[in-house]
Amino acid sequence: MELWFSEFHTPDVQHSIRVNRHLYSYKSDYQQIDIFDTPEFGRVLALDGNVMLTERDEFIYDEMITHVPMSVHPGVKDILVIGAGDGGVVKELARYQQVERIDLVEMDPQVLEACRAYLPENASRLDDRRVHIFYDNALRFIRRCTSQYDLIIVDSTDPFGPSEGYFTREFYGICYNALRDDGIMVNQQGSPFYKHDAEAMQRSHQRIHSTFPISRVYQAHIPTYAAGYWLFGFASKKYHPVDDLDAEKWRSLNLQTKYYTTKLHIGAFYLPAFLENMLKEVE
Amino acid sequence: MEEKNVFGFEEKELDQNEAPIYEALQRFRQMRVVPFDVPGHKHGRGNPELTAFLGEKCVGIDVNSMKPLDNLCHPVSVIRRAEELAADAFGAAHAFLMVGGTTSAVQSMVLATCKRGDKIILPRNVHRSVINALVLCGAVPVYVNPEVDVRLGISLGMQREQVAKAIAENPDAVAVLVNNPTYYGVCSDMRSIVQMAHDVGMVCLADEAHGTHFYFGAGMPLTAMKAGADMAAVSMHKSGGSLTQSSLLLVGPNVSVGHVRQIINLTQTTSGSYLLMSSLDISRRNLALRGREVFAKVVSMADYAREEINEIGGYYAFGKELVNGNSVFDFDPTKLSIHTRDIGLAGIEVYDILRDEYDIQIEFGDIGNILAYLSIGDRPQELERLVSALAEIRRRHQKDPTGLLSQEYIDPIVVTSPQEAFYAEKRSVPITESAGLVCSEFVMCYPPGIPILSPGEKITKEILDYIQYAKDKGCSMTGPEDPEINNINVLV
Repeated sequence: MELWFSEFHTPDVQHSIRVNRHLYSYKSDYQQIDIFDTPEFGRVLALDGNVMLTERDEFIYDEMITHVPMSVHPGVKDILVIGAGDGGVVKELARYQQVERIDLVEMDPQVLEACRAYLPENASRLDDRRVHIFYDNALRFIRRCTSQYDLIIVDSTDPFGPSEGYFTREFYGICYNALRDDGIMVNQQGSPFYKHDAEAMQRSHQRIHSTFPISRVYQAHIPTYAAGYWLFGFASKKYHPVDDLDAEKWRSLNLQTKYYTTKLHIGAFYLPAFLENMLKEVE
Repeated sequence: MEEKNVFGFEEKELDQNEAPIYEALQRFRQMRVVPFDVPGHKHGRGNPELTAFLGEKCVGIDVNSMKPLDNLCHPVSVIRRAEELAADAFGAAHAFLMVGGTTSAVQSMVLATCKRGDKIILPRNVHRSVINALVLCGAVPVYVNPEVDVRLGISLGMQREQVAKAIAENPDAVAVLVNNPTYYGVCSDMRSIVQMAHDVGMVCLADEAHGTHFYFGAGMPLTAMKAGADMAAVSMHKSGGSLTQSSLLLVGPNVSVGHVRQIINLTQTTSGSYLLMSSLDISRRNLALRGREVFAKVVSMADYAREEINEIGGYYAFGKELVNGNSVFDFDPTKLSIHTRDIGLAGIEVYDILRDEYDIQIEFGDIGNILAYLSIGDRPQELERLVSALAEIRRRHQKDPTGLLSQEYIDPIVVTSPQEAFYAEKRSVPITESAGLVCSEFVMCYPPGIPILSPGEKITKEILDYIQYAKDKGCSMTGPEDPEINNINVLV
């Protein structure tokens, strides 16, 4: 018997992964949650049929969304993470001793429960004493916060589902307001390759760019995401993502990584011409 | 109990699970009837671009009246049954399916009641369709001044004493018309007003364009039909969920159904759209079966949004606390009306910022308030966006409110009937030089479409200042022949 999981990257392109076993399937109040065991990618988490992470390549995403801002900001103590119910982002952040508090806001408790059960490696640091989990709508949570975080990481699903609100101007505005005067916001910014994704990426870049004084985009290669090519947004009130990188200090922390290096950090901000143009168009 | 009626159809007991027009269209689809009648697109085949855009399913039921589908002008089978079901669901003696918007329902109700020279008692904050009806039939308005809430700058409902006074001063009037509720959700004491009108032999009409859900939700203000009103125009397409332009006209037991049908047929199309009619049928069924739970959800979302918005500070999202037993006899809990003046922005400015910068379209903004329309189709995550956007607008745009106009209501001075003024000989003058003259056309902000000036009213400096202010703030003004509203038509 052949069992395959297929995800449509566009109506005309699909990406398929052979499945050994369908481990978990549940329709929560917000979305359809599935976890598969696969020969190539290990365990795979899909929300509403879109791959969120695989055991095989999640390190790229988790490292790039965390170490980039952590090596720029000189003293991150208070962090807010939106989404990221799988725990992968928290796992990376918890490696920094300097961090005093990580607030995790996830609207769907069922995602955490599923990941604790089936992706225990990812969820391993969710019980760290510095981690505080809030099951809430992020817009509702953040608009009550003023100048209280050094770093906000927006680890949402794509902008066409329940996370649509996390790609809006009002969302970026309340994030700005919740950050201290030297705060940084990093978000997953989608893919610039397929038209539909690219337009959404441009829209959110435009909104971030009009909200923060510094707003840059960086890239990484993630095989299971659309086109294998993914972007992150770096928005900041004070620090420049490349000029203010303190490579020596970061290296002195001796954190072992599989994807991130301080050299790659700089390189990730050098973008292909077509992408530079797309960003310029909306700036 | 089953019996045959005069038309030969079996009279079954009404069951709100039925949707006779929808079911007839389903059967019609299966029959694969060959069309040698209008419409000429022939189930969409003749207009492939339209079919691609709207979908085959949709254009396939855009058909003409025929025996199995009944005829809106003289319904005897499935449309008649759908009207009976609607009447049953709304607690009316009869219901008419309307395809020309609630405007046509309002006009039919006025035209069925008033003729040339008759007086009709009504609040000034009526929708333009009411005064349009007066232009058509020649009735004369007697305005009851609504009380104004000074803080919010909005007109409230009609006070009982004011209605009693108008009735006493105009014993020859034929009808009283009530907004149930106003655009903002304010209800008058419907039952007492009906009683007062009936005591002296006047008819009571209700504009329930914003009140469909009153008939189905729990803990809602009293409906016109329950209050004993004679007719009510109900916008099914607003809170009821049917397609735009579809509406209902409800009548009570003392109204001649045949006469009202004749009046409707004076102006209504003879090619009633089955898209609109089936949407009324399906929506009525949904409301009858699930309306209670649906509107409980809408109310809880509106209550939540009010709490959250009031917590931001600066805004005032008002609700039931306005109820005062008279001019605010009750308040529609689904309405999310927000006073914005205290953050130094006119409602219309907040309305524009929400659309231009946050991609959020709300129902309307006027001088001091905005209205976000909540319904059957809303979800909590969109409400979170609205509340957050309002918090952001306050953070980024808050100003000193001094100098912002607050009053929305200006007492009209009626010089002549709307019909006389509309058809009289007139001339165009620059609006800045029109003070003291008598206007022969409408001036209004749209939405909400409540006239600032109606045909036959005296133009005053106060009104001109208001128009200029509304224009400056970016209100979209309509009505006059001159779209720029630099000139206005006045009586010679």
